[in-house]
Amino acid sequence: MSTETSLLETGLRESTLFRFATAGSVDDGKSTLVGRLLHDSKAILADQLDAVARTSADRGFGGAGATGSQAIDLALLTDGLRAEREQGITIDVAYRYFATDRRSFILADCPGHVQYTKNTVTGASTADAVVVLIDARKGVLEQTRRHLSVLQLLRVAHVIVAVNKIDLVDFSESVFREIETDVQKVARELGLGADGIADLVVIPVSALDGDNVVDRSDRTPWYSGPALLEVLETLPAADELESHLESFRFPVQLVIRPQGALAPDAIASGLDVGAYRDYRAYAGQITEGTVKLGDKVTVLSPGHEPRITTVTGIDFAGSELAEATAPQSVAIRLADEIDIARGDTIAAAGTVRESSADLYAALCWLSPKPLREGAKVLVKHGTRTVQALVRNVTGKLDLATFNVEAASSLELNDIGNAQLRLAAPLPLENYLHHRRTGAFLVIDPVDGNTLAAGLVKDHPGDHEDERYVI
Amino acid sequence: MSTQITNEDTELSVLEKDLAETPVAAQRVAAERLSSLDTLESEAIHIIREVVAEFEKPALLFSGGKDSVVMLHLATKAFWPGKVPFPVLHVDTGHNFPEVIDFRDRTVERLGLKLVVGSVQEFIDRGELAERADGTRNPLQTVPLLDAIQRNKFDAVFGGGRRDEDKARAKERILSLRDEFGQWDPRNQRPELWNLYNGRHTVGQHVRAFPISNWTELDVWRYIEREGIELPGLYYAHEREVYERDGMWRAVGEVSMPKPDEEVLTKLVRYRTVGDMSCTGAVLSDARTVADVVVEVAASTLTERGATRADDRISEAAMEDRKKDGYF
Repeated sequence: MSTETSLLETGLRESTLFRFATAGSVDDGKSTLVGRLLHDSKAILADQLDAVARTSADRGFGGAGATGSQAIDLALLTDGLRAEREQGITIDVAYRYFATDRRSFILADCPGHVQYTKNTVTGASTADAVVVLIDARKGVLEQTRRHLSVLQLLRVAHVIVAVNKIDLVDFSESVFREIETDVQKVARELGLGADGIADLVVIPVSALDGDNVVDRSDRTPWYSGPALLEVLETLPAADELESHLESFRFPVQLVIRPQGALAPDAIASGLDVGAYRDYRAYAGQITEGTVKLGDKVTVLSPGHEPRITTVTGIDFAGSELAEATAPQSVAIRLADEIDIARGDTIAAAGTVRESSADLYAALCWLSPKPLREGAKVLVKHGTRTVQALVRNVTGKLDLATFNVEAASSLELNDIGNAQLRLAAPLPLENYLHHRRTGAFLVIDPVDGNTLAAGLVKDHPGDHEDERYVI
Repeated sequence: MSTQITNEDTELSVLEKDLAETPVAAQRVAAERLSSLDTLESEAIHIIREVVAEFEKPALLFSGGKDSVVMLHLATKAFWPGKVPFPVLHVDTGHNFPEVIDFRDRTVERLGLKLVVGSVQEFIDRGELAERADGTRNPLQTVPLLDAIQRNKFDAVFGGGRRDEDKARAKERILSLRDEFGQWDPRNQRPELWNLYNGRHTVGQHVRAFPISNWTELDVWRYIEREGIELPGLYYAHEREVYERDGMWRAVGEVSMPKPDEEVLTKLVRYRTVGDMSCTGAVLSDARTVADVVVEVAASTLTERGATRADDRISEAAMEDRKKDGYF
């Protein structure tokens, strides 16, 4: 991926998508690392480089005689808002795009300054992998522990720790090994990787000079592992894993029943109007697993016993599919005429529990407005939103010890456990095994703001999982 | 150094195995997974359906430009065999290319849609907007846009904005809340988690929805090619009378006349973006087909806005400032 030819091939080839996020602390060079990835993978075009070079020169970046990428402040490539450029900090999550021969990447760049948990949770919630930065001169900080605990909580499949500014410690192996050992110790304390969900890679890098970012560096001869981009190109993506699960899940978004209102362009291209007069299908996105024609499925609807029926059609814009897999958006037809609406869930028969109105959850509290016991909130889960009462807060995570301490409220950036009573039952599933149907939002019913990221836990008694937050 | 934390230290980690076997392992992954275009299409359709299900009165901003044409194509797929269940909204600056307006009208007719037009010219005629000194009308779209949203009580408006277009757009949410004045507050955005979109809003507020946020320009073109989507002809190379200004090729037209010292030449050009005639430049190109364009875009060394949009060259934060005021 060194020439324009490779970029060309990328455009013409079918590539797959990989989403990752970056998380860091103050001044650990995260924006520079992101800028370096974009720059060295040729994702920065000439006019963007010109603009950055002009601003860098205005600010005297790089000093006299600096050339090439050393003469520009790579962080300027990612700091998008006026306030960010003026203050030299990153405020909000920014999304970046680049591609190599193998993959198209979506990068959620999550700043470490303000509202760091909010940003990290946001970026990690959709990420296949997260890159955590550590300044080689500072080692593991409280912020690192916080990041790793959030990633463990969200069960991000791949955690990559980039030990940055390795050039500023003279490419010292002993400094790197010490940090690597500390990171592994924190990971063990957290149980990161213990359940086989996540894995951890530690890489020495210099974002400023590009060592081990895109290409392996000869200045770290004691490091035999891959460069950062090599790792990102080869890790399996989450939806690949999710599509292989046996437990097909399909939250119904809406019912497609055009009756008289068939699309004129479909009619013009030969749609059999008579055959589609009574068309009825359930539209949604498969959250995990695969569905095939003839599969037995369970339909979960509030106020109904679970009903079993058979898949008679999988439609996508005029094509009839024999099977579909996560994360495809399709429309499903069923054998029996049963009353199904938005908010219902179609699932592989025999793989779902009944819906429940008792919600036990881990919460990442993202709002300056604290959570109090007795509060009324909204819970958005899949395609349904219901009212909920916070019965009690059962603990919160102490970052120093990673133990769950007693608590009666949760504040901004807290991670804790709570019990909620829902106004209507939801098809809740343990987040550990169902990343999509085990996640929910807590919403403020007054102003509509998102208050927390919620992860469904098993009911106490089902498992002994109270030791840790999730 | 790859470290998988398991009880069996002797076991090779998954990662090391994968690296040892590449590129075979990478090929296996690619073969079994959806392509990036399929994944992006599926994500966009999910978002379009969520907005239709959760909002009372959505509309789709439709200019006849490639991104809005792709948006409309995705909407037809999302609701097939039913009609697209919302109207389209166009803010007509009065400086549009005639062939694009013609394309807009044919598309609306073909899909049986309702078209709502907000007219910059009418606002100027009524004295509610003033023509800018530089003659550019793109920034003037915001007032008629907000007026149309209010008068029609649209509570959600789909746009074809993409995060790769501009550094302010890179910070945009997929569902973006706008206040009573249509303003965007980039420092106070809701976190967007998993694929759970929170579109709650109070009376007077509305939401902008960007289903193709995660697409790049190249994705859009590859999708147009794959799906056989028709576009206005000026996206493809054609001969046109142009003159050079500010390093861009401007079309000769009623609202974009050359100054006496600007020489008019006939060149083979195409447009990478289609906005106002007064602020959109053409690029020299011999890409006559969609396949040619895909190759050209893949090899381009300039961003589409950097190459062709005078309105984004006003300052480093031009887009951010317009968005804060209610622009898309």
